[in-house]
Amino acid sequence: MDWGSIFIDGILATIGPVTAAYAISAIGLNLQFGYAGLLNFGHVAFMLVGAYGMAITVDLGGPLWLGIIVGILTAAVLGFLLGLPTLRLRADYLAITTIAAAEAIRLVVRSSWAQPLTNGVFGIQGFADSFFDLNPFPPAELYGIGSLVVTGRKLWVMIVGWTIAVLMTLLIRRLINSPWGRVLKAIREDEDATTSLGKNVFSYKLQALMIGGAIGGIAGMLLAIEQQNVTPDAYLPQVTFILYVIVILGGAGTILGPIVGAVVFQFLFFTVDALMVNTQANIDWVGDLLTPAAAGQVKLVLVGVGMMVLMVFRPQGILGSREEALIDER
Amino acid sequence: MSRRARFAWFWLAAITIVVLSPVASIAAGESIGGKLIQTVGTEKTPVESATVIILQDGIEIGTGQSDAEGAWEIPVPAAGVYDAQLDTSTLPDGVGLTDPEKEVLTDINVREGQAKKVIFPLGVGSVSSVSTYDRVGALFVSGLKLGAIIALCAVGLSLVYGVTGLVNFAHAEMVTLGAVTAYFFHASAVGPQWPLLIASVPAVLVGAGFGWAQEEGLWRPLRARSVGLVAMMVVSIGLSFAVRHLILIFFGGEPRAYPDFAGQPPIEIFGISVVPKNLVTIGVALVVLAGVGLFLQRSRAGTAMRAVSDDADLAESSGIDVNRIILITWMLSGGLAALGGIFFGLNEAVQWDMGFRLLLLIFAAVVLGGLGTAYGAMVGGFVVGIAVEMSTLFMPNELKTAVGLVVLIVILLVRPQGLFGTKERIG
Amino acid sequence: MSDNHPMFGVAPEPGVHKPDPVLVANDLQRSFGGLRAVDVRHLEIQRHTVTSLIGPNGAGKTTLFNLLTGFDTPDFGEWHLNGGALVGIAAFQVARRGMVRTFQLTRSLARLTVMDNMLVAAKDNKGEGLWGAITGGWHATEELNEVRANELLKRFGLDHMADEFAGGLSGGQRKLLEMARALMMNPEVVMLDEPMAGVNPALTQSLLTHITGLRDGGKTVIFVEHDMDVVQEISDWVVVMAEGRVIAEGRPEEIAKNQTVIDAYLGEHHGEAAS
Repeated sequence: MDWGSIFIDGILATIGPVTAAYAISAIGLNLQFGYAGLLNFGHVAFMLVGAYGMAITVDLGGPLWLGIIVGILTAAVLGFLLGLPTLRLRADYLAITTIAAAEAIRLVVRSSWAQPLTNGVFGIQGFADSFFDLNPFPPAELYGIGSLVVTGRKLWVMIVGWTIAVLMTLLIRRLINSPWGRVLKAIREDEDATTSLGKNVFSYKLQALMIGGAIGGIAGMLLAIEQQNVTPDAYLPQVTFILYVIVILGGAGTILGPIVGAVVFQFLFFTVDALMVNTQANIDWVGDLLTPAAAGQVKLVLVGVGMMVLMVFRPQGILGSREEALIDER
Repeated sequence: MSRRARFAWFWLAAITIVVLSPVASIAAGESIGGKLIQTVGTEKTPVESATVIILQDGIEIGTGQSDAEGAWEIPVPAAGVYDAQLDTSTLPDGVGLTDPEKEVLTDINVREGQAKKVIFPLGVGSVSSVSTYDRVGALFVSGLKLGAIIALCAVGLSLVYGVTGLVNFAHAEMVTLGAVTAYFFHASAVGPQWPLLIASVPAVLVGAGFGWAQEEGLWRPLRARSVGLVAMMVVSIGLSFAVRHLILIFFGGEPRAYPDFAGQPPIEIFGISVVPKNLVTIGVALVVLAGVGLFLQRSRAGTAMRAVSDDADLAESSGIDVNRIILITWMLSGGLAALGGIFFGLNEAVQWDMGFRLLLLIFAAVVLGGLGTAYGAMVGGFVVGIAVEMSTLFMPNELKTAVGLVVLIVILLVRPQGLFGTKERIG
Repeated sequence: MSDNHPMFGVAPEPGVHKPDPVLVANDLQRSFGGLRAVDVRHLEIQRHTVTSLIGPNGAGKTTLFNLLTGFDTPDFGEWHLNGGALVGIAAFQVARRGMVRTFQLTRSLARLTVMDNMLVAAKDNKGEGLWGAITGGWHATEELNEVRANELLKRFGLDHMADEFAGGLSGGQRKLLEMARALMMNPEVVMLDEPMAGVNPALTQSLLTHITGLRDGGKTVIFVEHDMDVVQEISDWVVVMAEGRVIAEGRPEEIAKNQTVIDAYLGEHHGEAAS
């Protein structure tokens, strides 16, 4: 078992563009769930919609910067459409609607009916050339220290990705520390009391949903750009689930929680996976019990169990404080 | 953790391991499959949601639908010689066989353990002309069947919500577990290989047991710790995720069919061709649902359940043992879900995420009927099932599930408390 | 009560007109599944008075509160504040227009500090809008609001708790916080839903002083109350409800002698004794 290379790969995964994208998406979800208390269980739909908005725009001949704007707007509009019927109702209804919507949208995008626009199950490729044209690093060259190396291409995406993550964090910090953020916190505390103080609770919740959704769209676009590819099967419900683990692990309702959560989660996730793959290949009785495919699923089972344990025993995550934890005492 | 809770956890683990692990050692069975691709010049388009029927000596062995990539695969019970028929009425407009003789592929020789591939050559076709009455009739029966399945699954979810306030996202896995457990007792090489009817019994019991274990081992201890409903909902999602992927590990990713009732010739009722197992599904479901209704109205436990659903505190002060009622509700929910899962497996195939795929429609049914009302879930289930199936009259087949979402959104806009819910302040 | 008291000369009849009503309601009806919870033909609230709303349990007092402040929608009827119609107006807008309510079970925003509780209530803070929050420039308003908040907190004896979480306050302190918070909105009408509920009797007097202080400061106060001594002590006017209807109105001493009122309460006790 090559611990060294497992560790190196773990670090690379943790600082890589995918983690940055997850961190950004988690920032959006954190605004919705951590700060506004909205049960958006379909966050992956915002990522999908943002990514496809961008890819389709470019596919139809538009420039990438326009595609990015379209992607952000599409994600925000999705937030509006989902929020409008559900935000005046109890939290469970938003949960149900978002879970249903995310899968339904994915299936529609995947269908051959939508093929003319979305290319169905095959997805759209090659829309991010203008992004990589801006890369100041020669794409094939290697950068790094020792065995911790990345290509110039990947480095560029990492830098852009983490910069966006930092910018989004700063944006959220600005919003949360403002009177707007205070109203949001009040809403999370007690909607009726906040209403009695003259605040339009519905409007605030809708804003949080839309902004969080737009940020999710940005994350989706980053992922799509990194792979120069959007396919519907990259936006499965398990992505939303992982995002929740990230948000709660880092500390729901904290500024740095999403980034911390993303980094810690990715490291654990990747390491467990590498361990399982290795033991499955090298240790006989494990190899008899589990196929390689099954071994790859173990990490997901652990994520589910981990989420349950987290919610029960440490709902405030790494950075959260117990008093502000999301458990509502009866 | 209390003794009872530990006891429950032990049983949960034991059941999972005993039931699921031997399934892993089943070799993949024989199957016939292929890819439906329409070729026009150099353009190749996959054909989705077309139906292929496998026959042996004129008897229908199994059916399957092509997915978004045009791929289809139908398990067959053993090695042998089969025929494959493409149901041209399920081809989209403009797609047809380039060689009409190839509608039925005969003498397909399947060896042991082989996944045989066959090809239906497709090109431009004429608009299909099936009589509207036949189509409407067949779709209506389909809708009733799907509705029956959804109703069975939805009632439990609504009941649990009624007595505890929890939307249990792991409900989907109770459905899948029922189907998988029945598969083990019925078709697994290391299982007793009972007929499906018999195998259903332990499956339903396991379902009820899973419900029991959840309540004893998870939800009741959490309630005792004053964990809020939001946190519990997230926990239920975690549970759903973990169990779903556990099932994936032990059952595998491939869909598998129940051998029993696989080869059923259709019969004619009022001029509509129906496969008998669909009628059985509808019939049994109606009987079971009626039984549930009677239980809720007449029995002491059922009445208590309704009382707790209306006002738990009041029920408690009237001397009802609320925790016991909640436990009974969970068991009933699990048992019904398992039964729904078996029928769902009979209708399509047993697959690791079958419950989750049905969840969207279950939610639509529950919200349509009114979260918390059992009768609402029943009616909602049938309405959603019929709506989804009949929507294919004017919508592409593959967008069926989206119809469920549309129903959901429309209800929330127009009448959020559902058909039978009370208009309390649900906001 | 002196001759120049505004309610002098107003007849003690349900639905009677007031010389200068700030709030008028007509034919307000609300039923829950066949049960008529509120059925008020006509009600006027006199400006700058303390009006108490009393009645046996289930009389519909809180429902009436909810209807008037927009937290519930009537099946029928209309009402207006200073002539402005409130039918179909959302609850948050009713509050902004000057009619602020508190809740029976105090709803302090527990995980916000006392000061934040006050600042949330402040109206017209640009920073509360999304654009304002992003562009900034709300600090000046915030400071002004903090000054006002401190004054109010001092008045209610809470200024030393400004940085504590509201959840850490005692029951009585939370009541005071709710009142102080309501005042941050500069309301015209303050509606208190059972302000004495769950409060230590030692604090009752201080709370009462605050309530009359509200009136003296130019507000109109309506409050739901069960304790007849409290009602007698500070009310300028009393409205009695039973079974959804206004069965009596008048000055405290008139109500105490009113046979209809006595019957309504006795009827309740009768029912309780029998069950």
